[in-house]
Amino acid sequence: MDEILILAETKETQIEKSTHELIQAGRELKSALGGILSCLLLGEGMDGAVKDLEQYPLDRIYLLENPLLKDFSPDLWVSSLEQAVRNLKPKVFIMAHSPTGREVGPRLSARLKSTLTTDCIGLRLDPEDRRIVRVKPIYGGNAVAVLKGKGNPELITLRKNVYSPAAPEGTKTEIIKLQLALSDQVVKVKALRTIFREQVELDKAEVIISGGRGIGAKEDFQLLERLAELINQRGIKALVGCSRPVVDKGWLSSDHQVGLTGTMVAPGLYVAVGISGAIQHLVGMVRSKKIVAINTDPNCNMFKVADYGVIEDYKEILHHLISKLEGLS
Amino acid sequence: MKELKIIVCAKQIPDPEAPFSAVTVDSKKKEVKVDAPEVISPYDENALEAALRIKESSKAFITVLSVGSSLSDTVLRKAIAAGADQLVMVEDDSFGRLDSYSTAYVLSKAISMLGEYDLILTGRQAGDWDWGQVGLILGEILGLPTINMAAGITVRDGHVEVSRLVPAGLELVEAKMPALVTVSNEVGELRYVSRSKILGMLKKRIPIKKVSKGDLNLEPEFLNTMELLELLPPSDMRRDCVIVEGATGKEKAERLFEIIKQIL
Ligand SMILES: Cc1cc2nc3c(=O)[nH]c(=O)nc-3n(C[C@H](O)[C@H](O)[C@H](O)COP(=O)(O)OP(=O)(O)OC[C@H]3O[C@@H](n4cnc5c(N)ncnc54)[C@H](O)[C@@H]3O)c2cc1C
Ligand SMILES: Nc1ncnc2c1ncn2[C@@H]1O[C@H](COP(=O)(O)O)[C@@H](O)[C@H]1O
Repeated sequence: MDEILILAETKETQIEKSTHELIQAGRELKSALGGILSCLLLGEGMDGAVKDLEQYPLDRIYLLENPLLKDFSPDLWVSSLEQAVRNLKPKVFIMAHSPTGREVGPRLSARLKSTLTTDCIGLRLDPEDRRIVRVKPIYGGNAVAVLKGKGNPELITLRKNVYSPAAPEGTKTEIIKLQLALSDQVVKVKALRTIFREQVELDKAEVIISGGRGIGAKEDFQLLERLAELINQRGIKALVGCSRPVVDKGWLSSDHQVGLTGTMVAPGLYVAVGISGAIQHLVGMVRSKKIVAINTDPNCNMFKVADYGVIEDYKEILHHLISKLEGLS
Repeated sequence: MKELKIIVCAKQIPDPEAPFSAVTVDSKKKEVKVDAPEVISPYDENALEAALRIKESSKAFITVLSVGSSLSDTVLRKAIAAGADQLVMVEDDSFGRLDSYSTAYVLSKAISMLGEYDLILTGRQAGDWDWGQVGLILGEILGLPTINMAAGITVRDGHVEVSRLVPAGLELVEAKMPALVTVSNEVGELRYVSRSKILGMLKKRIPIKKVSKGDLNLEPEFLNTMELLELLPPSDMRRDCVIVEGATGKEKAERLFEIIKQIL
């Protein structure tokens, strides 16, 4: 029987939303392919996570609990996944295109000699040869490739926020504990310590004020911060985002970056300030409900995807917006 | 002190930052055409920068290695102009659409041919196909300690220490060399190389090693092209943009304020 296996991910033992999206993708594939839909869960102290998963239309949950897997250690995870997949022999193995999936996916693909298609936005079954057709944006989003891969299982990482999360559904789920030979001997890269940094959760913002290279200096992000703060004071969750050069220059930390290699967002309002609109940025924000662009260059790409455009030096515009908002309170 | 041997894998691609109006998708030929010059893939430039910084504090020899079907030394010379010591170009007509494993396999064979090495650096992902996997696969093929998503790299006593990007912030990790590290933009942009310096180099003999398929003893079993069924244009992202008019910046801002109030 064909099995579709997905890799669950947790954050502080809570199931991630991206996992619920994988369940939905798996479910759609199962309706064409038949067989069973299963989920693989790694970690330690996963009772809560199992409870969460049990509500969803999964036929099986494979649980691999081990103190060694408590934190994400790439070498141990790759070794566990390789063993699990070799034992279970699923037809398809789907991971999220998350930091975890992006790291373990390619390494697994090398070990299993099976083609991985990364960052997919669609999957379907070719009824003729029963292989999976993988849809993936390329060239930053300037084109879309439709591909197949060779080898088993079919390996995929799926872009976040493309499939809507599966709805809970009363299904009889079998829980199977996996026993694997795990040893920290496989660890070739030693983790010394983690430098925790508070991360902005851009995907939870209702408004994003995003700055690009055009902001010109680190200090000037204060203007964007102030604007966001004033909107927050009105009870609307607003955060500051940015394009990649802003991160390169060290003006803001990486968690603020919107785009292909940053966070993909779709807030109610996205204000792009001094951002030209390179495709790798656009793919991360074009699904915003309303887009406002402030740019001195009337020909910049951002105006092509915006609802409203202001051709002006951003400082002038933001100063006035800020004093207007300050006047309201 | 022993000289460190660093290999930077760099892919030559059409400029990924070209405006989308410069990009056309030929669905018949299944080709993306970009009306822009070729460049070194941006994250590979970051990898080169990381190597150059290591070379500033330790004795090091940097080889830039590229695999492709029609490589141009004018594009790749930039790496030498920036401070790399040697360029190795592995070229064959059949290398145009290799899948990720095969690309990593060819790179691994070229690396073995080059002899000993301490550190291999790749970009986190190439700016054309956005796969993000060749570096990690290469690490597996060569059986090396592999560190993903470096934001900073230092080398000492036969070890490489990397601060890497993780969801919680940064993770400091360490591995014994030889090792492979994939590099993210956080390490910093490639140092400025003036155009005149690159052009000036055209007159000089620079250390380029050209390698052909035949030199590498490749097994056909591991040389596969991607199975591309279709290539489609992206869905249209364009909206009708209303330009907020006004005689002064202040007027524009006031109108924009009203618009934003409506949206919120
Ligand atoms: C594989 C890959 C992945 C990438 N991933 C991402 C990603 O995730 N996110 C991302 O953002 N980029 C990403 N990039 C980079 C992307 O291609 C662009 O380089 C980047 O988005 C450009 O940022 P920018 O618009 O801020 O800078 P620029 O393109 O330099 O634009 C600056 C803009 O500011 C305007 N400006 C200047 N002064 C003012 C002023 N005073 N007032 C108003 N406007 C002003 C200018 O007219 C210009 O339009 C990626 C690239 C590659 C190859
Ligand atoms: N043809 C190539 N020649 C040299 N290096 C490559 C090649 N393809 C990929 N790489 C390296 O592998 C990284 C990841 O590429 P990719 O998996 O294609 O996104 C790139 O940033 C390069 O460092």
